Amino acid sequence: MRTEAVLRFGIVALLVATVEILCRLHVIPVGVMIAPSQMAVELTKILVSGEFSADIISSIVNVLTSTVLSVTLGFVAGLIIYSAPGLRAALEPLLASYYAVPTFIFYPVFISLFGVGSGAIIAIAVLLAVVSMITATLNGLDRIPRVLRKTGRIYRMSRIKTAVMIELPSAAPSLFTGIKLSVAYSFIGVIASEFILSGSGVGYAIAYAYNNFETPRMYALMLLIILLVTGVNTLLNGVDRRLQSQRRR
Amino acid sequence: MRRFGGTAIVILACIAIWQLLYLYVGDSALASPLQTVEKLSVLLRTGDFWIHVSETGRAFVLALLIAVLGGIALGVILGLGRLAGDVAEPILVTLYSIPKIVLYPLVLLCFGLGMSAKVAFGVMHGLIPITLFSMNAIRQMKPVYRRTSQVLRLTTLQTALTVIVPAILPEIISGVRLGFSLTLLGVLIGEMFASQRGLGFLLTSAINLGQIDTIMAIALLLTVFAIACNTLMMMFDRHLAHR
Repeated sequence: MRTEAVLRFGIVALLVATVEILCRLHVIPVGVMIAPSQMAVELTKILVSGEFSADIISSIVNVLTSTVLSVTLGFVAGLIIYSAPGLRAALEPLLASYYAVPTFIFYPVFISLFGVGSGAIIAIAVLLAVVSMITATLNGLDRIPRVLRKTGRIYRMSRIKTAVMIELPSAAPSLFTGIKLSVAYSFIGVIASEFILSGSGVGYAIAYAYNNFETPRMYALMLLIILLVTGVNTLLNGVDRRLQSQRRR
Repeated sequence: MRRFGGTAIVILACIAIWQLLYLYVGDSALASPLQTVEKLSVLLRTGDFWIHVSETGRAFVLALLIAVLGGIALGVILGLGRLAGDVAEPILVTLYSIPKIVLYPLVLLCFGLGMSAKVAFGVMHGLIPITLFSMNAIRQMKPVYRRTSQVLRLTTLQTALTVIVPAILPEIISGVRLGFSLTLLGVLIGEMFASQRGLGFLLTSAINLGQIDTIMAIALLLTVFAIACNTLMMMFDRHLAHR
């Protein structure tokens, strides 16, 4: 595990260094891309001045709202679909095709429904994220070993006790994978919607900087998004790996 | 047949909800199912619309071709080298979850306006899931396959083409199914910002003009197209499984 982490870090560092050198030597023109070190400097400037704090906070609030909504809705919908096999058989072909539909094309529709603002942004992010949570819930419930439920019956556990003490912990790793995907999709949904059409948020700030040729600012905000997503992703992957290895034990 | 009946009922229910929503929010915010279909049939009869469709189609086919071939090749290379795969996987997963739209200005600056930027954006979206699926498939492949190819002294290329790709075909199809929609999405988003032609451009101009029926007609067309292609790929997959 260690060697891979070191190698991975080395590769990423090498890439960044290459871009840095190419930018410094003006092989990549300043108008196209600024050096990574300059991006970092610009980013700290922006963060210290607090100029984009409102945008950053609004994006993060939107991502969190969308994650909570899609995890809750997806979990409940998953439970309902699981307990009704007829419904499940009818829905399954549609669920399998769901991600084939580029959900973003419905964003204009949501704008005309909710107006430009958080409502439409959260709606599109939830639409993108909820199905992965439903699928993960179904997967988790499917994979509960039969013997666990039988054991519960032998101990004469009530339905609620079985759910809380047996089914939920057993399905936890799958559910967590669903949560992880929901976070990723919420990020994509929120930032992209803000970028396409909106009046606030980091996505909007990037589009605005781009349209006004404020290249340093644009790259600083891009760096912010990449760092944020990488950080959250690494954290969730760590938890995920621990949960998965628990299942194997 | 009963299964399809259930699905049909669900689809009908969706259309009914759409109609109810339309009655609730009114003409300005939503077009009814009937209006949408009518608008689509009008659009389909105009020559201009087909120019846009073929433009998007060309960009999409090109992007998908690059994403599929590149994704499979990368996936095979990373899947065969254990260390390379271990090193690359978290990087790929992170790249997958980055909202790639923020990189859009960079793509435009590198490729300029036009076809190549659209294709590049489509490939950016579609390449990674296909790579991840094929890589993981190889890592879970039975070791005996590779040992057999060693015994038969196949060259690396022969091993890849005659042993590995057939063995992981179902996973490749799953990857392509996901990559397909993401590539389409990438191309459309590319057109929305930096193009004078294509369905994405039509969407943006309809948004600006507030033509809700055009938006919904294009959305319907793309949805039907995406689901039809996806269903075809799933049928192909099932056909392989029965073999």
